[in-house]
Amino acid sequence: MLPTKEEFYEALVERHGRKNQEKFSKATVAICGLGGLGSNIAICLARAGVGKLILIDYDKVDVTNLHRQQYKANQVGMLKTYAMMENLMEINPYLQAEAYSIILNENNLQDILKEADIVCEAFDDARYKAMLVNEVLEKFGEKYILSSSGMAGFGSANLITTKKLSGRFYLCGDGVSDVEDGIGLVASRVMVCAAQEAHMVLRILMGECEP
Amino acid sequence: MLQVNGKEYAGVGKTVGNVVIEMNFDIRTIAVELNEEIVSKADYDSTTLKEGDVLEIVSFVGGG
Repeated sequence: MLPTKEEFYEALVERHGRKNQEKFSKATVAICGLGGLGSNIAICLARAGVGKLILIDYDKVDVTNLHRQQYKANQVGMLKTYAMMENLMEINPYLQAEAYSIILNENNLQDILKEADIVCEAFDDARYKAMLVNEVLEKFGEKYILSSSGMAGFGSANLITTKKLSGRFYLCGDGVSDVEDGIGLVASRVMVCAAQEAHMVLRILMGECEP
Repeated sequence: MLQVNGKEYAGVGKTVGNVVIEMNFDIRTIAVELNEEIVSKADYDSTTLKEGDVLEIVSFVGGG
């Protein structure tokens, strides 16, 4: 038996407090990229009862994703947006979500991200990370952007931090561990970084703007 | 003097674009904030740095 919407909500209130939960439930958060970072961020925020998620990824689930991304073996070959919607609805059937199976770029992002209060950058390519951060800070005066840089390899998870770089721009990661150096991505370390982004989202929504 | 990524830097009178090149950043993978305001890539070469300016050049690495 699924919990009712009211039961689900009251359970969140019990854990987070009513004031906080009201803020989470009213918020819209965009997650740009649904790989190791984005799939974990989406699940954290869906569990926390964030009201609406905007999910963006053009790619399909591949067998090489399963070691760190929140998909299942039977979802290989599915669009990540579709697979993630399926998984999120199993976790929180009362979540509102919209999904875009496209490549986010300078031409389409203004329209797709317009409703979001907070944008999570969760791409893997450094050029796309830079593009999104630049575009959000330039085009949207009021939105927060949270980004990640440096979470590859087996290095200490304690090196991953959240920094506030300016009023609306936060950066998670260790800043240096580059997947291009051939060190690979490991579920646990990527999840630490994803959790830091997701946690900062909740803190901002609560009105706690320091990392 | 100005501050670039938390360190003193002799760059007064230079443009943002000059500093990006001097410090060997890849323009495709950075975001630059001057005194906590984003600098559009189109403005790198026309933004001249003044005494006391604080420049933050974020260089992204891959992985996610």
